Amino acid sequence: MEFGLTEEHKLLMETLRGFAARECPAARLRELFEAGAGHDPELWRGLTEMGVAGLAIPDEYGGAGLEILDLALAAETLGSAALPGPFLGHALAGLALRLGGSPEQRERWLPRLASGELVGTIAFGEADGCFEPGTWSARVEGGRLDGAKAWVPFGAVADLLVVGTAGGGLALVERSAPGVEIAPVDGLDRTRPLASVRFAKAPCDVLPGGVATAGRVRDAGLVLLAADAFGAAEKLLEMTLGYARAREQFGQPIAQFQAVKHQLADLAAEVEPMRALVWYAAHAQDHVRDDAERSAAIAKAHVTDCAVRVAREAVQLHGGIGFTWECDVQIWMKRALFDRALLGSPETHRERQAALGGW
Amino acid sequence: MNLEYGEKYEKLRAELREFLRGWPLTGALASLPRAEQEAIFRRRGVERGYVYREFPKQVGGSEQEPDALADAILREEYWRASAPGDLLGQGPSLLAPTLLALGSEAQRERFIPPTLRGEMVWCQGYSEPGAGSDLASVSSRAALEGDRWVIHGQKIWTSRAAQADWMFGLFRTEPEAPKHAGISYLLIPMDQPGIDVRPLKQLSGSLEFNEVFLDGAVTAAENIVGKRGEGWQVSRVTLLHERKLMGNPHLLREHWSQLLDLARRTQRGGRPALQDPALRQRLAAIEGRLRCAETSTMRQLTAAARGEEHEVLLSLLVTKLYSTQLGDQIARCAYDLLGAEGLLAPTEADVSDYGNRGTATGFVEQYLFSLGPLIAGGASNIQRNIIAERALGLPRDLRKGK
Repeated sequence: MEFGLTEEHKLLMETLRGFAARECPAARLRELFEAGAGHDPELWRGLTEMGVAGLAIPDEYGGAGLEILDLALAAETLGSAALPGPFLGHALAGLALRLGGSPEQRERWLPRLASGELVGTIAFGEADGCFEPGTWSARVEGGRLDGAKAWVPFGAVADLLVVGTAGGGLALVERSAPGVEIAPVDGLDRTRPLASVRFAKAPCDVLPGGVATAGRVRDAGLVLLAADAFGAAEKLLEMTLGYARAREQFGQPIAQFQAVKHQLADLAAEVEPMRALVWYAAHAQDHVRDDAERSAAIAKAHVTDCAVRVAREAVQLHGGIGFTWECDVQIWMKRALFDRALLGSPETHRERQAALGGW
Repeated sequence: MNLEYGEKYEKLRAELREFLRGWPLTGALASLPRAEQEAIFRRRGVERGYVYREFPKQVGGSEQEPDALADAILREEYWRASAPGDLLGQGPSLLAPTLLALGSEAQRERFIPPTLRGEMVWCQGYSEPGAGSDLASVSSRAALEGDRWVIHGQKIWTSRAAQADWMFGLFRTEPEAPKHAGISYLLIPMDQPGIDVRPLKQLSGSLEFNEVFLDGAVTAAENIVGKRGEGWQVSRVTLLHERKLMGNPHLLREHWSQLLDLARRTQRGGRPALQDPALRQRLAAIEGRLRCAETSTMRQLTAAARGEEHEVLLSLLVTKLYSTQLGDQIARCAYDLLGAEGLLAPTEADVSDYGNRGTATGFVEQYLFSLGPLIAGGASNIQRNIIAERALGLPRDLRKGK
C-alpha cells in the first residue's frame, strides 16, 4: 500500500509554488486583488507554458495525461497562493470533454484547451443557487440553447463554456456565439471572478456522453474546491503563526501566551488531518469508483467548512489589523468562502453524503 | 498512490486469516481455562512470526524485520478475529520495549519473557497527587540503603495496581539535583508490606485506577533502569510507546457503526431518527472527521514504511487530540439519541466489559468513559502544548521550576 505522494507529485507542487512566489508575490497579488478583475493573462500564460492548462488532458491531445489527484495538488498549491486565474473551470471543462465528448469534439477542442490557446469553464449553477445536474433548466432544442446560468467562474473571460442543461446533460457553447449574453458579477473572491450568462437561441454542441459524465465532472469540481480550500487553510495557518511569533505584547510574542498557542494548535489539529482526506477523495475519482461520488461530497463539505472556520479564527488572532482591508488574511478568507459556496454548500453535500450512504 | 496492499501483503493476509480460523481453540484444548487457551494461541502466533515482531527470540519475541504494513495488517486481522495476539497493557506495550532499548542484559532476560507471556503483570508508577501534567515534579523518593532502595511516597491513577506483580515508575533519588536530573526509573515488586493499594472509583462506576501508597517499600539495588538521575530520559522512551497505544482507528470505526445503528433503530416522531435532517448533518460532520482520521492513519503508515516519518510529524502529533475528541463527539451524539434512557446508570456488565454492546446503558457508559482518553496519557491541553512547541515551533511558555 502506498498512500503518499510520489516525487513527481512533489515536483509539480514545488514548481507551482516557485512560480507563484516568483510571478505573483504579495505585492502583485494585492494589485490584482485591488483591481478585482481576477484575471491576469500574463500569469495564466505562465501557467499554461508549464502545462497546467492540460494536466489531466490525454497526451494525444497535447496534455500531460495525469489524474484528478494531480489536478487537486495543483489546486491546493494555487489555493495556498490565492493565485488569480481560471484553473478550476478550465480543468473541469477539459475533463467534461475528455469524459463526455465525441471523438470529433475532443479532437477539435482538447488540444486548444491543453495549450491554453482557449480558456474553458463550466456553467453549472442556476439562479436559485442549485448546482446539481438534476435541477438544471437550460434547454437545448435543435442545436440552440435557451436559459440562464449563474455563478460561472471566469464567465466573462472563458472562450468555451460547458453548460449544464435540462435532463442533466452538458453542451458546449462559445462565448462569442450569437445569443450569449454575459453579465459580470461583483464577487466576494477577487481572485476568481464570476458571471451570469444568458442564452437566447445560442448555437450549442451537445456532449453525447454529457448525461453520463456531468456527475463525475461535478465530483471532480468538489474535490478541486476542497483542495483549493485546504491550500487556503494551510496558508492562513502559516500567516497566523508568523504573525503570532512576530507580534509582541506585554513584552513577549503573543504566541507565547497559552491562550493563543492553544488556539493555534487547535487550528493545526483541524487542518492537518484534511490533507489525507483530500488526497483520498482525489485518488478515488480515478481509482475507487464506487466511493468517488460520496468521498467527493465528504471532502467538499468537511474541508471547505473547516477552511472558513480557520479563516475567521485567523482574523481574530490577527486582532485589529486582521479586520482591515489592508491585511491579506481577507484574501484567503474570501478564497475559502468561494470554495465553500460554489457547487453547493457544505449542508447540501452533507445531505448528499447521507443519502449516498444509504442513511 | 495505491490503496492495494499488493501480492506479498495479500498473501500474508490470506495466511493470517487461515491461521486465525484456529481461534477459538477446538477439541480437548477448548476445555482448558481461558488464560491457558490464550497463551497457547499467542505462542502459535509467535512461532509464525505474527506476534511480538519487534522482540528478539531470546526474550519471547518472533524477531521479524520492521514492516509497518505487515504490522497494520496483523493489527487489523487480529482485531477482526478478536484473537489473542500481542498483549496490550502497561507491561508488554510500555515496559518491555523500554527494557529492550535501555535495560541491562539481566533485566531483559528476567522481566521481558514473563511479561510477554502475560505471567508478570505491571503497573505504571508515574503520576502523583502533585505531579500530573508536570510529571517531572514527582516527589516520591527512593534512597539506597545497602543493597536495596527504600521508597516513600504516593502514586495515583495507577491502572491495574491491584492485579500487578510489579511496578515501574519514577522516583526522586537525587534530591539535591535539578528537577529533571534527580529522578530514577525503578522496578518494584508489589507484593510486600510497604505497599498499600487503594482503588479509586471512576465516574463511570468502574474500578480501574488505584492509589498506591509506598511506605518503606523496598526493591533490590539492581532494579534500576538506566543510571541514577537518568529516569526522566528512560521515561521518554516509555511515553513514546504510550502514544502508539492511543487512538485506535478500528475502535473509532466500531463506535461509529454502533452510532449509525442506534440512529437507525431510534424512533423520533414516528420515524427513524436517522431521517431527521439535523441529525444527518451532525452525523455527516462526524463522519468527515472519521475519514480524516482514517486516511491520516494510512498516510502515517506509508510514511513509516518509507522511513519518512519526519514528513508526517504534525500529523502524528495531532493524532491523540484529534482522535480522542472524535471519540467524544461520537459518544455525545449517541447519548443525545438515547433521550430519556440517558437517565439510566450503566450496568455492572457495561462497566466491567470493555466494548459497548449496543444497549442504552452501554452508550451511557461510553458517554461517561469517553471523557477519560481526553485526560489519560497527556491531557488535551498538554497535547496542544506539544503540537505548538514541537510541530509548529512556537515558543515554550514560561514555566517555573525548570
